[in-house]
Amino acid sequence: MSRRGSTALAGDPAAGAVSTGSAPGAADPPIGTARRQLPTAAWALPPVLILAAVFLYPLALVVQQSFSPDSGGTSLQPYTDVFASTAFREALGTTVWLAVGATAGCLVLGFLLALVVAFVPFPGGKAVAKFIDVFLSFPSFLITLALLFVYGTVGMANGVWTDVTGAHSGPFQFLTTPWGVLLAEITYFTPFVMRPLLAAFSQLDTAQLEVASSLGARPARIVRRVILPEALPALAAGGSLVLVMCLNEFGIVLFTGAKGVTTLPMLVYSKAILESDYPAACVVAVVNIAISVGLYGLYRVVSRRVGA
Amino acid sequence: MSGAAPPGVPRRSGIRFDGVTVAYHGNVVLDSLDLTVEPGEVMALLGPSGSGKTTALRAVAGFVRPVRGRVFIGDRDVTGLPPHQRGIGMVVQQYALFPHMRVADNVAFGLKAQKVPKGQIPGRVAEALAMTGMDSYAKRYPRELSGGQQQRVAIARALAIRPDVLLLDEPLSALDAQLRSGMLAELARLHRELPDVSILYVTHDQVEALTLADRIAVMDQARLRDCGTPQDLYRRPRTEFTASFVGNANLLPVRVGSGSVLFGGTELAVATDEAVWGATATLCVRPHLVGLGAGPNALRGKLAEVQWRGSTHRLYVDVDGHRVKADVRELRVTPALGDEVTLHFAAEDAVLLAAGVSGE
Repeated sequence: MSRRGSTALAGDPAAGAVSTGSAPGAADPPIGTARRQLPTAAWALPPVLILAAVFLYPLALVVQQSFSPDSGGTSLQPYTDVFASTAFREALGTTVWLAVGATAGCLVLGFLLALVVAFVPFPGGKAVAKFIDVFLSFPSFLITLALLFVYGTVGMANGVWTDVTGAHSGPFQFLTTPWGVLLAEITYFTPFVMRPLLAAFSQLDTAQLEVASSLGARPARIVRRVILPEALPALAAGGSLVLVMCLNEFGIVLFTGAKGVTTLPMLVYSKAILESDYPAACVVAVVNIAISVGLYGLYRVVSRRVGA
Repeated sequence: MSGAAPPGVPRRSGIRFDGVTVAYHGNVVLDSLDLTVEPGEVMALLGPSGSGKTTALRAVAGFVRPVRGRVFIGDRDVTGLPPHQRGIGMVVQQYALFPHMRVADNVAFGLKAQKVPKGQIPGRVAEALAMTGMDSYAKRYPRELSGGQQQRVAIARALAIRPDVLLLDEPLSALDAQLRSGMLAELARLHRELPDVSILYVTHDQVEALTLADRIAVMDQARLRDCGTPQDLYRRPRTEFTASFVGNANLLPVRVGSGSVLFGGTELAVATDEAVWGATATLCVRPHLVGLGAGPNALRGKLAEVQWRGSTHRLYVDVDGHRVKADVRELRVTPALGDEVTLHFAAEDAVLLAAGVSGE
């Protein structure tokens, strides 16, 4: 828009005369250049200001609060207290193993499912690929709710079991354990791995697979030596995204109601809302942010190396 | 691997299509193909798009399953075998090199897949690369090579496994004209060096087929229309389609007389004694065998178009409502469009075809 406006002004003798006082035409190029340069910074300013106001400033407040103990002043005391607490260390461990486990599960399951959708023709394959796009828009708690209906204490699976056996309760009690959270996270986040993989597979020249096959390669070798190397950038992208999202996941952990499963976001919630310990909540939040940003930086480095 | 010949033991395997029919969702794309490629022979499948030639090749490779008929490689019925058990080399139009592998790894791929002893692989890779003149590019990635070089690597990769049968699917169509000409000569040389390898060469380019093939199978609308040596098909085509597709011949509707044929109101001498008197037929004359000026079998008509083609001129002349093509040596003075001109051809240069023969 600014470029068009500048060009119009530059071609307008009256505008040239007003801007420079010199003869029309001779002054046109400098005017155009000057007008093009000025708006670049001006246009960048509003989004930066908005970003700073709605995101960076609150973030700065969180960081500031993390250095402000209830006793007053500014110190590292909140960090010392939080890092020394067993609850934090357990939450950190739980968060990391759940995130890493869920990411690994999503990568394996997502890769296998994407392979099937992309390379094994079956009726409705295109509909499945489209459904994955829709699935990405679902809220995470919806999946957890669905799992509760199936595997919950009074869910379908246990209902069938108690009806058939007459037992008092069913055997499916894992949903309120860390394994339930892991299952829910893998279920919910797998499509986030599949989406970039399907895009990568659609770019893969199927003639490569046919030639590999004609050269004597069995399907497993083709997957390992031809498809997988081509899919690495997409796997890295999807895996990094899922890892970061798992680290910050709150809804799934809350909805499974898993006892004893406290992740960093849950710890922030309990410190801030239940215990009103804002400095501690802010310390945990800062740690969570640091891990996320660190992982994002790592992803950028890795993706640049593999050419994603 | 079950298909490829053991090291040092050349095996000669041909290809046989035995009534092969391929259909997709009831739509027949290859109809009852009966064709034999002799061991060590280069057979070109020539035809326009949609003629079924690539489908025939894919049936040999194992990428399509015939709904009827059998495919044989040598004595083996491979109809039900998966592609990796067929022991074939394959080169496709867009090379299909593995982009994340260096040239040497691309060439070694088939050897590793076929569990060739590790100690033999470097030698076999070097041998295949030397054969295609790519030995100095072993460490490069495909993206660092030109189109022609990539095609050479693709050929080296296919040859490295020492296949009994080599399938080439329009291998030169992605190259420019000059490179194509050079690669044609390279392929001819490779075949001289590997006389035991049977080659099925799919192309829509008649020059490639005429240059390289021992025999050409002409295909159209999912069916085999004609098959013979390039010289036979060019000089003595059996069908109108072959005459038209191979060499773009003039096809003139005529009525057979006694020792001659009647084209419009013009009587033309032809050297055939097989035609039935009074029957309608098609007279096939190659454009380069048609001369400008008076002579035997003269045809008078109006010049409709002239194209300069370097060493020749192509003339399009309307004769009795039919457009006749003539390729004549470059003219010093070209006639003007609309001028009356006379064309002629020798009786022995014309072939009389039964009208409407499609080569069933």
